[in-house]
Amino acid sequence: MITMEHVCKSYRIAKRNAGFLEACKALFHRQYETIHALNDVSFTIRDGEMVGYIGPNGAGKSSTIKILSGILTPDSGTVLVDGRIPYKNRRKHVQEIGVVFGQRSQLWWDVPVMDSFELLKDIYSIPKPLYRQNLEELTELLNLKELLRSPARQLSLGQRMRCEIAASLLHSPRILFLDEPTIGLDAVSKLAVREFILKRNKVHGTTVILTTHDMQDIEALSNRIILIGKGRILMDGTLEDIKRGNDNIDETIAELYRAYDI
Amino acid sequence: MKKYLSFFRLRFTMGLQYRAAALAGIVTQFTWGFMEVMMFRAFYRSDASAFPMSFSATASYVWLQQAFLAFFMVWMMENEIFDSIINGNIAYELCRPINLYNMWFSRSMATRLSRAVLRCFPVLGVAFFVPSPYGLEPPADFFHFALFLVTLVLGFAVTVSFCMLIYFFTFFTVSPQGLRILFTSLVEFFAGAVIPLPFFPENIQRIMEALPFAAMQNVSLRIFSGSMNEVQMQKAVALQVFWLLVLTAAGKLLCRFAEKKVTIQGG
Repeated sequence: MITMEHVCKSYRIAKRNAGFLEACKALFHRQYETIHALNDVSFTIRDGEMVGYIGPNGAGKSSTIKILSGILTPDSGTVLVDGRIPYKNRRKHVQEIGVVFGQRSQLWWDVPVMDSFELLKDIYSIPKPLYRQNLEELTELLNLKELLRSPARQLSLGQRMRCEIAASLLHSPRILFLDEPTIGLDAVSKLAVREFILKRNKVHGTTVILTTHDMQDIEALSNRIILIGKGRILMDGTLEDIKRGNDNIDETIAELYRAYDI
Repeated sequence: MKKYLSFFRLRFTMGLQYRAAALAGIVTQFTWGFMEVMMFRAFYRSDASAFPMSFSATASYVWLQQAFLAFFMVWMMENEIFDSIINGNIAYELCRPINLYNMWFSRSMATRLSRAVLRCFPVLGVAFFVPSPYGLEPPADFFHFALFLVTLVLGFAVTVSFCMLIYFFTFFTVSPQGLRILFTSLVEFFAGAVIPLPFFPENIQRIMEALPFAAMQNVSLRIFSGSMNEVQMQKAVALQVFWLLVLTAAGKLLCRFAEKKVTIQGG
């Protein structure tokens, strides 16, 4: 179970106008602006739920994921994931979760994907039989067979993303955080990834929290949607609640963003 | 422990695959070593008695320094670590059940070791056959050789734990360039990479030898070439252990502090 209560997180950002003169001015007097990435965010997610976490760019989605995965420390509020405070007992916490950051890579660039996997096996102390079983399952479902022996640098984005997702699941995490996992994937890979996540949830009961801008992802995957904008939770409901009879989900969401002025 | 070992193994084997870089390194080290020995010869010719170390000891110092360059040069830092801090890829490293400090320590060790292994043998081999006094002279006895090996490892560890400090300082600055330039030039000078420490005036030398930088290459290279007496050796080894402990403790503290304060850049 995941609970966030009254969580706030702000960043201080140096700002200045463009241009040489402004740059010189900033040497002596720097203007900072405090951005409230998360402003009193609360929600509860039960075990085995699949939650779509949506919102416009810069709404605070990634910050939430990073707090939940123990990377960032919130300014205030309480966060509990299965009874653990992520940023306090980080090492114990991350053993139980899997994270995919769609825009980053966790595979080692110059070595075959298989080497990265073997290393992860040792890092997470995965027992050998479990590792073998997971690897087999992941290889089959994500169609990785041909990819495992090539160095990560020579894979295409979609191929690499499939490997990234596999890498995050080798240690059978109970909770999976996916930060834009389908970014840049072709149709076939997208479908494969979606199907895979669904299956994972059904068979292993993995809790999945997913941020994305691809509304079809949300449609296919999540029964619950949390909408965040300007650091606040604006809506928490099912897909049906959001759609309200309108068939085109992208338009509905855009309308929603406009309605909330975010 | 196993996680760090297997990480070490991966980095080590990774390092061994860059053949062209190794070849280029060997050529550079030869040229540099040769130039330095020639330069010292010119100085020694004017008045050999004015120098604290014999010419052959200095030549051995230079050749060993070139052979084990990858162990001791602070400027050989892990660019990937700096990159991950700057572009935010460190997010992934932070969501692993590992200690960041230990992980980076074993990584730096592995990279340096793989570089040194590829480069040291050709340099040592050839320098050994360069005619005396220009070449590498074997140490006086087995005791010196054994102590050389011990202090080599200690000095290597001191160098790496010093680099760790720089990595963690980077968490607090926007760009690591300034810190790197400042520290590398400082360390080069104080560690005896430019000229061996005995060449400095005595009062300055006394201060320099107490600094952590002298615990890097200075000790093992001088023990090998036999330019330290017994008391000096004891003191030097004790200082090496001391600095290793202090630097590691400081690094771990800084690491914990940085982890708390970290913001992931680039979304």
